[in-house]
Formats: sequence, C-alpha cells, structure tokens
Amino acid sequence: MKNELLKKAKPYLFVAPALIIFLVFSIYPIVSMIQLSFFEWDFISPTRLFVGFKNYIALFQDSAFYQTLSNTFVYMILTVGLGILFGVLLALFLNKKSKVNSFMQSIIFSPYIVSLASISFLWMWLMNTDFGLINYILSIFKIGPIDWLGSPKIALFSLVIISVWKTVGYNTIIILSALQSIPKHLYEAASLDKANRRQTFLKITFPMISPTLFFLTIVNIIASFKVFDTIQIITQGGPQNSTNTLVYSLYEYGFKFYKIGYASTIGVVLLVIISIFTIIYFKLLSKKVHYQ
Amino acid sequence: MKIVKKTPRILITIILFLIFFFPFYWMFTTSVKTLGETVRIPPTMWPEIFQWENFKRAFEAIPFMQYLGNSVIVTLSVLILQMCTIVPAAYAFARYKFKGDKILFGLIMITMMIPAQLVFLPLFVMFSKLGWINTYQSLILPFASSAFGIFMLRQTFKQVPKELIEAAKLDKASEFKIIRKIMLPLARPTLTTLGLLTFINTWNDYFWPLVLTTKDTVRTLPVGIASLRNIESGVNFHVLMAGNVMLVIPILIAFLLAQKQIIKAFTYMGDK
Repeated sequence: MKNELLKKAKPYLFVAPALIIFLVFSIYPIVSMIQLSFFEWDFISPTRLFVGFKNYIALFQDSAFYQTLSNTFVYMILTVGLGILFGVLLALFLNKKSKVNSFMQSIIFSPYIVSLASISFLWMWLMNTDFGLINYILSIFKIGPIDWLGSPKIALFSLVIISVWKTVGYNTIIILSALQSIPKHLYEAASLDKANRRQTFLKITFPMISPTLFFLTIVNIIASFKVFDTIQIITQGGPQNSTNTLVYSLYEYGFKFYKIGYASTIGVVLLVIISIFTIIYFKLLSKKVHYQ
Repeated sequence: MKIVKKTPRILITIILFLIFFFPFYWMFTTSVKTLGETVRIPPTMWPEIFQWENFKRAFEAIPFMQYLGNSVIVTLSVLILQMCTIVPAAYAFARYKFKGDKILFGLIMITMMIPAQLVFLPLFVMFSKLGWINTYQSLILPFASSAFGIFMLRQTFKQVPKELIEAAKLDKASEFKIIRKIMLPLARPTLTTLGLLTFINTWNDYFWPLVLTTKDTVRTLPVGIASLRNIESGVNFHVLMAGNVMLVIPILIAFLLAQKQIIKAFTYMGDK
C-alpha cells in the first residue's frame, strides 16, 4: 500500500524542484505584478493604497508613454528587419563549405557570445563624437561628425546598429544550417530546368528556409523587447526620452522614481505584448515538434 | 580570369572581417594606449607606447578579484542547480504518464517566455522582505531551473530506446541506476550544450546583478566593470577598455577553444 502510493507520487517528486522554482520566481511575480498595478506605493511606506484603475488611466494619458511604446516598436521593427535581412545575405554569402567561410562564420558569430555590457562600452567608444573611430573613418570621406549617441534623432538608430552587429551572427548560423539541410536534388532539378539564380532562390531556397525565418523573427522580436543593457549603459533613455523603451521605463519608474504601482502597470502592458508573440511562438513550436 | 572573377568575393570577405573583428582589435589597442594617444586625430592603428598600467589602474579602481570570485560562484551554482532540477523533471515528463502531466509541462513551457526584465520588480519586493538583497541566493535561485533545458532534455530522453530500459529493469537495476548508467551518458551531448548555453548566459548577465545588488560584496564582473565608468570620469576610455578586455577575455578564450561546440550549441537551440 505504501509502495503503491510512493510509486504514484514519484513523477511528482521528480518534477517538484523545477516546478517550485518556476512557481516562486516566474508565476508568482507575474500575479504579484498585476496586483501591484492597482496600488499606489513608494516602496518605503508600510501601507499600499488601493487606487483601482488609476495607474492605467494615468499611463494611457501620458504622452511620454506613447513615445516609449513607439520607441519600443521602432527599435523592434528595425533590429528584427535588419537582423533577418543581413542574416540571410551573410548566410547565402557563406553557404559554400570552405575553410575561409567557416572562419568567417566564427568571426561574425563572436560578438554574440560577448557580454552586452562589454559591447555597450566598446561601441560607446567607437561612436564617440570627437575621438571615436567611426567618425574618424567618416571624416576621411568628408562626412560628419555625426553625434551618434547625443542626437535625439539618431540615438535610437545607433542602438539598432549595435544590436544588429551583436546578434546578426546568431541569425546567420541558424539560417546557414537551414540552407545546408535543403536536399541537393532540388537544386539539381532546377539546373536541369535551366532556372536562373533568382528563380532558384525564390522557388527553392526561400520557401525551404521560410519556416526558419519565421521562427527567427519571433525569437528576435521577443529578444528585442528585452533590450536594456545598451540603454542603461549608453543613453539612459535619453536624449529627450528618444531611446526610452518599455523595459527601461519600467526600471526607471521602479528604481529611480519609486512608483511601484505605476511601474507595474507598464509591466502589465509589456506582459500583454510579449504574451501575444509567445502564443504565436508556441503555435509554431508545437508544429515543428510535430513534424519531427 | 579566375582571380578577377573572385575579386568582389575576396573584397566582401575582407570588409566583413573588418566590420566584425576590428572593434575588438580597437578595444585591445585602446586598452594599452596613453590618454593622449587615445584622443589623437588621426588615431594610431598600433599603439606608440604600450601603457600596461591601464590594467593595473582598472584593477585597483575596483575590487576585481571579488567580482571575479562572485561571477564564478554564481555561474557554478546556477549550472549545478539547473542540472539537479532539469534532469529529474525531464525524466519524469519523458518516461511517466501521470495526472496533470500535460498541464504541468505547459505551465513550465510558458515560463520560458517570462523574461527577467518583466518580473524583477515584484521579485525585488519579495527579496527585500526576506532580507535577500545583496545575497548570492537572490542571484542564483531565480535561475536554478531552465524551462528550455527541460524541454530539450525531455526530447533526448524520449529518444532512448525502450528495449534498453526494459533490459536494465530485467536486471533489477534501480531507477536511479537507469538514469545514471543509461539516460545520462546517452544525453551527454544535450547536457554539454545546455551547460555551455547556461555558462555563457549567466557569466554575461548584466541586468539581474544590476537590479538586485547595491554592494560590491556579491556583484559579478559585468556590473563591476560597468562601475569603472562612474569612477573613471569622462573620456578615460583607455582604462575603461582595459577593464573591458579583462571582462571579455575569458569568454573569447572559451570561444576559441570550443567554437565548433558553441556554434553547434546555438544552432541546436534554433533548430528545435
């Protein structure tokens, strides 16, 4: 009898340690954040004031919030679009197996595994207006000097450049592995039909790698919403709020202004946005596993 | 003729090489230049004077060894705890049918998409109630398991042939022995991959130690190096780059030694 019970409990015991970690450090904080968004609290005072939807109303009436939201989406569209575009181009360029190409693959991938904090400092130096290498190179061609990080019109795009430089290597290796798994006989058939390179790409290569591209797009989108390190180190959301994103303003309201309720409201908005893309992601993931 | 045809390809390769490699080269050379040389126009491609004191200065400005020690402690603890929680959970999901298994698995998969950047505020509140701010456990425990790891390892365990396990059961091998002698050796490539990914992510993490620490005692290297900026005012990029080099070198060495494996690990992650 006792043995029978133990046998039934076994799988639950195996799952328990992991499950407890997820419940305490992922699920509970989400519930707690939604709850906090209905309160006014400065973190220090012992009592929290229930304010209903006041934080939500204030948030949706705040013009700075809309700028933050638009920055987040502009940043997302540009990093994901450019990241995928250059990823495809680089993968096509490096597709032939050779020593030089596999060396280049490593070189292009190397920024991906380096801490984003390091990359931020490095690019702050490269993009320095007066002494930075980039403006020096541009000055040879009589361009500039460009205020990469200090101009409200340019700073967000500079962060996009840094992000694409760091992450394009990841996209490249994923697309490369998709390219290399395309059956060779498809290309042989195409060359028998005298298809030109453009036709071959549009009719064979692109359809064959499009599931991978779709997968990468979703992963990149979710990653782009998490952007924080570059902003915190390089621009602190400025100049003039031009690089403030949802995550950074959540951090600012929470840790600088001590408006815990308001910050949580921003968190809930971010949660909703991420959830939408997550649902798409899982629909895709379950399909992929199904095919295997 | 052949060379002419190949020229654009060679040219593009060189440009790509410069775009992705030169920033690192620039970081290394800046780290040994004098302040005067870093701000010279035109800049020198090779340092005129090697000022190794920059490293000493960076080293002395911050408690570097303490940060390094903290990084090692946090990374190792996360690695070990993840293995302890992932293996049994993945095994149960792969080999057992139990009430609610699908719901529990789905719940765990959902957490894969909850980033630290979303939950840090309520966790900070919780940790400060517990008096856990500036402790190792606040840096380690939230990452003590990995939904992605459970997902990958479950797939691997499912592929282990049933006959192998049945045979072991006939030999009266205990479940623990089956896991240790059959499952884990067969899952070694997956475990190596997961370990590498966890190592790189934890070692590089800037966000979590930044928001959960206020003191040097438990801060890890990325946050520690970043504090150089506040100590070294303004344009002291040579010292900043020296600190940066010290932060980047362990990862770059690891990459040089295991680049095939690391690239494979990330490809593997994207394939599934």
